[in-house]
Amino acid sequence: MSEDQVRGVVVAHGQMADGLVDAVHRISGEGDALVALSNEGLGPEALFERLENLMGPGPSVVFTDLETGSCALAARVVCKDPVRRAVICGTNLPMLLDFVFHRKMPLETLVPRVVEKGKAGIRISPNRE
Amino acid sequence: MSILLYRVDERLIHGQVVVGWGSRLQPNRYLVVDDALAASEWERDLYKLGLPPGVEAEFIPVSEAISRLDSWRSNPTPSILLTRDVESMARLAEGGGMVGETVNLGGIHHGRGKQQVLPYLFLDDEDVRCLRLLAGRGIDVVAQDLPGATPRAVESLLP
Repeated sequence: MSEDQVRGVVVAHGQMADGLVDAVHRISGEGDALVALSNEGLGPEALFERLENLMGPGPSVVFTDLETGSCALAARVVCKDPVRRAVICGTNLPMLLDFVFHRKMPLETLVPRVVEKGKAGIRISPNRE
Repeated sequence: MSILLYRVDERLIHGQVVVGWGSRLQPNRYLVVDDALAASEWERDLYKLGLPPGVEAEFIPVSEAISRLDSWRSNPTPSILLTRDVESMARLAEGGGMVGETVNLGGIHHGRGKQQVLPYLFLDDEDVRCLRLLAGRGIDVVAQDLPGATPRAVESLLP
């Protein structure tokens, strides 16, 4: 993972993170852009530690699932510095796919961008609006 | 009875509690009985960010919780009471106000000196001592991570 690009870590319940990262890899070919972490079997301290170890010194985004969950809590703990790190809850595949292709953008524009892409990916199909 | 559930879970307010138990029991308040959190404003704020809309959380040290237990039970606000470890629940029970209640063990993960009892439950000697203390106070202790899981009497799991 190149250090001049924003680093992405997906942390979620069960096998969700592995599944999302695998899907991003299969669709985009950007296999090194994201790393996955599950909270399975980890208490709070162990989860903080594993997550911190996956974060680099440069800018990074933690993608997580439920805002109410232990994964999101751990993400907020390790991302206290809002200049260098951001947390996004409600992660989905369209959001991650956009992220892996735009990791050279500065964090302050990348984060709102991928959140919008994620929201735009939630649609009734075919669109009846 | 407005304390719907007494639960020991080291993750406190998190997915299994808020979604799993919260969807079933519909609490309007979480009573987090924890000395460290009661003393740390930024940690309390972190946990509050994980609350569903319209649901409150209060963070109380054990010594204060003992004296407030009766008022919480008579208050109409349906609540879930959480501690992060068995020791805090045992100290709360030492106040004598929990006779006849049931304590749910929901998530104590692997740590130094802890032995696995269930996939989500690891206990050390101090945990076992505190669980026996709870039983001695006339409190039922069951292990049950989620409402749909089969409750297991903890006494049958202890060495």
